[in-house]
Amino acid sequence: MKHLTLTTALVAAMAMPAVAQDLRIALQSDADVLDPDQSRTFVGRIVYASLCDKLVDITPELEIIPQLATGWEVSEDGLSIAMDLREGVVFHDGTPFNAEAVAANIERSKTLEESRRKSELASITSTEVTGDYAITLNLAQPDATVMAQLADRAGMMVSPTAAAEAGADFGLNPVCSGPFSFGERVAQDRIVLERFPDYWNADAINFDSVTFLPIPDTTVRLANLQSGDIDMLERLAPTDLAQAEADPDINVVSAVSLGYQGITFNVGNGDNASGPWGSDKRLRQALSYAVDREAINQVVFEGAFAPGNQPFPPNSPWYDTSHPIEARDVEKAKALLAEAGYPDGIDLTVQVPNTTIPLALMQVVQAMAGEAGIRIEIVSKEFATLLADQSAGDYFASQIGWSGRVDPDGNIHQFTTTDGGINDSGFSHPDVDAALNAARTMPDMAARKAEYDKARAILIDEAPLVYLYHQSWITALDASIEGFTPYPDGMIRLEGVTKSE
Amino acid sequence: MLAYFLRRVMIAIPTIILISMFVFSLQHLLPGDPLLVLAGEERDPETLEFLREKYRLNDPIPVQYLAWVWNALQGDLGTSFRTNQPVTELIAEKLPVTLQLAIMSLIFALAIGIPAGIISAYKKGTVTDWAANVVALSGLSIPNFWLGIMLILLVSVKWQLLPASGYVPPGEDLWQSIRTMLMPAFVLGTALAATLMRHTRSSMLGVLTSDYVRTARAKGLSERVVVLKHAFRNALTPIVTLTALLFGELVAGAVLTEQIFTIPGFGKLVVDAVFNRDYAVVQGIVLVTAVGFIVMNLLADMAYMLLNPRLREA
Repeated sequence: MKHLTLTTALVAAMAMPAVAQDLRIALQSDADVLDPDQSRTFVGRIVYASLCDKLVDITPELEIIPQLATGWEVSEDGLSIAMDLREGVVFHDGTPFNAEAVAANIERSKTLEESRRKSELASITSTEVTGDYAITLNLAQPDATVMAQLADRAGMMVSPTAAAEAGADFGLNPVCSGPFSFGERVAQDRIVLERFPDYWNADAINFDSVTFLPIPDTTVRLANLQSGDIDMLERLAPTDLAQAEADPDINVVSAVSLGYQGITFNVGNGDNASGPWGSDKRLRQALSYAVDREAINQVVFEGAFAPGNQPFPPNSPWYDTSHPIEARDVEKAKALLAEAGYPDGIDLTVQVPNTTIPLALMQVVQAMAGEAGIRIEIVSKEFATLLADQSAGDYFASQIGWSGRVDPDGNIHQFTTTDGGINDSGFSHPDVDAALNAARTMPDMAARKAEYDKARAILIDEAPLVYLYHQSWITALDASIEGFTPYPDGMIRLEGVTKSE
Repeated sequence: MLAYFLRRVMIAIPTIILISMFVFSLQHLLPGDPLLVLAGEERDPETLEFLREKYRLNDPIPVQYLAWVWNALQGDLGTSFRTNQPVTELIAEKLPVTLQLAIMSLIFALAIGIPAGIISAYKKGTVTDWAANVVALSGLSIPNFWLGIMLILLVSVKWQLLPASGYVPPGEDLWQSIRTMLMPAFVLGTALAATLMRHTRSSMLGVLTSDYVRTARAKGLSERVVVLKHAFRNALTPIVTLTALLFGELVAGAVLTEQIFTIPGFGKLVVDAVFNRDYAVVQGIVLVTAVGFIVMNLLADMAYMLLNPRLREA
């Protein structure tokens, strides 16, 4: 019997390459410019997962594993990283991949004027080519986050020849070294990638082309999967989950994301911070106690997401288990309000992006907070306006989130340190600064986590950000697609994925 | 006729300038910083400042406007902040898509609206008239997005007859292209058909009771000739105006229809561009749409003269 199964599998495997197979993937929105050094969108990164290989990759458990770099070693003093590179790799234009190419890529990420990767690679001061396939990265100070950066766009290798020729226009015709090469792009319609026959890991790739189709409407995206027009879609709406799961021709998989959603308070960004909500932490704590995070997950997200109270989801190794998600406690919330001098309740204006999910979320929060005496006024703003107002300090509280980073530093440092790049809250605390600045230099995970826990204790108490939930990346696939693994970063990796006819 | 044509063109030029100024200033009045949107989650101040300079966003608005006009006169409408693609290229890519949608919708609208209007006028007060009115009214009242989603669920998901969404260029596969565009064109066409039907009906009613129609009947002409040749041709003038004006509605309706069916046309381009504060793209599209609208009106005026010889002397 076993023998028979094997034979069948072999026959199937032999028959497969005969058909030219195209994999059609629906994205929630259109990607921006296809230059790893310039791009900003989540969906752009999904396209890169098939187009551009990186120095290192991650496992679903967030461990860093080799991709174009086969091994690396951090020096004793933490000031350099010696890296061995994969041999026999070529870019889509035939340019060989080697240590010179890596040096050119890091140089480009750091110096191209349009580059968005500068801050991610800020700690790398120089590179030294020590062999054809060996390179050393020199760091300004020990940096525990840099390998994780190299597992994303900052570590994507583009052809130095093509990059030098195209300059800032590289994104119109990207040339990398991934499993698929750039075919064509019709804005808002499709991005087509063609199989790259010289890919170093070509055996793991089972498609002749991949077509990415931006389909923003969730209902239409699902309808396309049901009608067989596409093979898979990313970010199925939780409201469509029941329908998709009931369909025998569709499989649904999901992974809790690295990001978070919550409410950011203005505690030190301009005049608005001097109001009661900016100056009295007891009010912010009261709001946190007033909401039932599990109920929010059930009501707004059909239970498909993960409730949360920290920048890392509860299943993350960085989650501080000594501060678990508090159960809802309306009495405690009322007591805190009374203690702060508002026994009859208080008003709070929260700005919210004017799209379905944030509005639904805030309406539920509004109802819950209302029972504790917090009268929330929802001001819905179009996203561009919300962002500008938040950055300028022209708000009291804002419903906003973060897409998440592999390294914990990316989820917390820039939001809660005094000089953090996205510290729209205006939060500043010397002990938090010290802990978070120390954490990013520590190679030892346990020691690092101790620093994050130290900061967490203060942040939970001060509550400049009240975290509510962590989104899950829900991917829906046609039943014929096999071998797909969902990752916490939401990327679609096609190694080992097959489609049966 | 030529002099008239030239005069109309001369009037069109200041109109276009005014529209472009209006849109330019309106966009800059919108709250929200385009670069903050562009930057997304990475907000490195140095890069933002560089891009502000690169896209001249630090200049006063009149200076930005004049720079845009100067480039536009040389055929350069700028580049998209978001994708770095030239706006002229984007427009050239999208225009045929929306034109195909508009033409196919118009065919639906005319094929349904005009015969329905003639019949209901001819059979005024009967059950046929009443039924045609109900159908027309529902065409107007059913929102496009609802009809669109229902059709997708029924025709594509349940019966699997037509592709659910997307676009195939006619040059690639003509048959598939028409199939893909059928549902969106129908959705957009039905709303317009209703308007056309109501106008055709009232216009025909006026003509059918006129003296020359009675004379035609008295001459013993067949009903078919009376209605179609004598009455309908005279009832046609207001309908032509309406069709030209409907072009504007088609473009506006395309915005919604393209969103539902994920058609990469003008409408989708402009909506996304507005949300992303992609100034150059919005500006380029508005310019092309305004010119298109003016040309349509001009063509409608020319068509009157062909239909009604009395106007030619004026």
